[in-house]
Amino acid sequence: MKRRENVFYNEKAQRLAEEMILAEKRHIAERRSEAEGCDCKEGMFPRGNTTNRRRFIFAAGSLAGAFASAAYAQDKKAPPGAVHFDVPADPTKEQGRAVAADGGYGSRSQFETEVRWRFPTANEYTSWSMTPLDKMLGNLTPSGLHFERHHGGIPTIDPSKHTLIVHGMVGTAKKYTMADLKRFPSVTRKYFIECSGNGLTEWNKPTLKTVQGTHGLLSTSEWTGVQFSTIAREVGLKDGSAWVLAEGADAAVMTRSIPMEKMLKDALIVYGQNGEAIRPEQGYPLRLVLPGYEGNTHIKWLRRLEVSDKPFMTREETSKYTDLLASGKARQFSFDMEAKSVITFPSGEMKLPGAGFYNIQGFAWSGRGRVQSVDVSVDGGKNWYPARLESTPEPICTVRFSYPWMWDGKAAILQSRCTDETGYVQPTLKQLVAIRGSNGPYGSIYHLNAIQSWAVSETGDVSNVHA
Amino acid sequence: MFTHKTFSAIAGLLLATSLSATYGQEPARYGFGTPVTQEELTKYFSIPADGRGLPAGSGKAADGAKIYADSCAVCHGEKLEGNPAKGIGGDKLIGGRGSLATKTPVKTVESYWPYSTTLFDYVKRAMPFNAPGSLSDNDVYAVVAYILSEAKIIKPTDVMDAKTLPKVAMPNRDGFVPDPRPELDLYH
Repeated sequence: MKRRENVFYNEKAQRLAEEMILAEKRHIAERRSEAEGCDCKEGMFPRGNTTNRRRFIFAAGSLAGAFASAAYAQDKKAPPGAVHFDVPADPTKEQGRAVAADGGYGSRSQFETEVRWRFPTANEYTSWSMTPLDKMLGNLTPSGLHFERHHGGIPTIDPSKHTLIVHGMVGTAKKYTMADLKRFPSVTRKYFIECSGNGLTEWNKPTLKTVQGTHGLLSTSEWTGVQFSTIAREVGLKDGSAWVLAEGADAAVMTRSIPMEKMLKDALIVYGQNGEAIRPEQGYPLRLVLPGYEGNTHIKWLRRLEVSDKPFMTREETSKYTDLLASGKARQFSFDMEAKSVITFPSGEMKLPGAGFYNIQGFAWSGRGRVQSVDVSVDGGKNWYPARLESTPEPICTVRFSYPWMWDGKAAILQSRCTDETGYVQPTLKQLVAIRGSNGPYGSIYHLNAIQSWAVSETGDVSNVHA
Repeated sequence: MFTHKTFSAIAGLLLATSLSATYGQEPARYGFGTPVTQEELTKYFSIPADGRGLPAGSGKAADGAKIYADSCAVCHGEKLEGNPAKGIGGDKLIGGRGSLATKTPVKTVESYWPYSTTLFDYVKRAMPFNAPGSLSDNDVYAVVAYILSEAKIIKPTDVMDAKTLPKVAMPNRDGFVPDPRPELDLYH
């Protein structure tokens, strides 16, 4: 990778950036090999040619072995989360598989290959993996494709032994088993979670090539659990209570201090995700959900809440997850995930086969409320046109948008711009850099919510650009 | 035919019935869960900047150097310079003072961390990476003293304990500002 004059990489950052690009390249190559016989780049026809020979490289066969049933071929060709079956010449001329032969829990089709890929941090226990946003077929993220960020690996926790302790400035300190928590009234709400490091490679120059790389630390789920306010009334809050420390039961024993105002407004202690127990990667059996706050605060494997009059100044809210400005001062407790959007089709590394109609698609979201509107530009932001919202805007939840585009075959720059219900308009990268500076190997690192640009060349190749 | 009187009587009867029903009622307290004893709480900690909750014990740099060499150096480097190698990725701990406002800021305990108590809390909580929470309180005080001493924030002879640690003046103590977003510049 060449150094550009205005980009400064130290040795560690340089190495990370290079490995990251390589990891994404490997992922792209694997996808391409699946699309044999298609003269397009992966993504243009995501549903096409499924009968082609496919090579599945990721964690081959790891699930197939888990099934005892002889009906399941012990084949190495199934992708993660799927089981391989031989394809009959004509499925109408022979019986299919027996009912519930899967043991009573389904898996995805063996022809579906979407996976997260891991950001190649040096240490694989403190790392993250990205959601393939360009492959999403709806607004909710499948639980198995929800992005991950762990600081000490994924713990295995027996729910029958897990408890949540609530103590500190409370009337009566209490301990709740999972069964206790499930006896409380619950709420079910759809919220996105976004890591504030989403897009950290993109401040100083376009670095990763795909939308999975640039925006994949975003996922949306339906969450079910108890409101913190319910628990607060149970234990009783003392005068002067202003912050709550949330602590996880992982090897990082992750801690963050959360303002009481937020906790009483809409904090949820959740055990359900998309209709079933939350996944181990998402904090099984219990996690905190703080709608619209940066992902790091949604403490997973939640075991303790300590009510306090002051924040605890934990490692994650001082040395990390603070925003260093050009002045050398850093912003602290920058919780809100501001309005943002991205076009997922067409997006980086796809290829449009020729001039004609394309239904531009993407996601828009805001941590401050509902998405009010989304605009799309096909000329790098000179002209903006309203997009269609394809799902109903809900507070602090993604919406899908689309825009009917008749491509004339000339070079174009595609952008989307979100306005949320507060009237905040998604800024340009130039605006953000002017405010926050660009010091450091990755610039300001966190909270990049700028407009994303995808360049479409005359040959139909789509690439990540700053425009 | 209903008279006004009859109607009132029926309405009154219905009202009485609904008041005496036992469904649809929320108790003032659900009463789930069990009270926690102080004894149970002793295994948990989180230490704010004023040092509240710091445990008994103490340590100094000389002892910390040995513990560091045994438990920390493999990831953070013999000279606390960090180790970006594959499978490790340990942060650099010292240096970088005066770099924060430059094009190449170096964020370390020395240059960036605003509170010494955070270092104690984090080491006791999550370090060493391969055996988190395995150091004794004396060991944690000693390792913290060693790092702060190598960073030339305290003297090599200074003893770190519940009283002295919160008083350590970190170089970047005043380096943080509250989040001002939404940024007013975006509304110009």
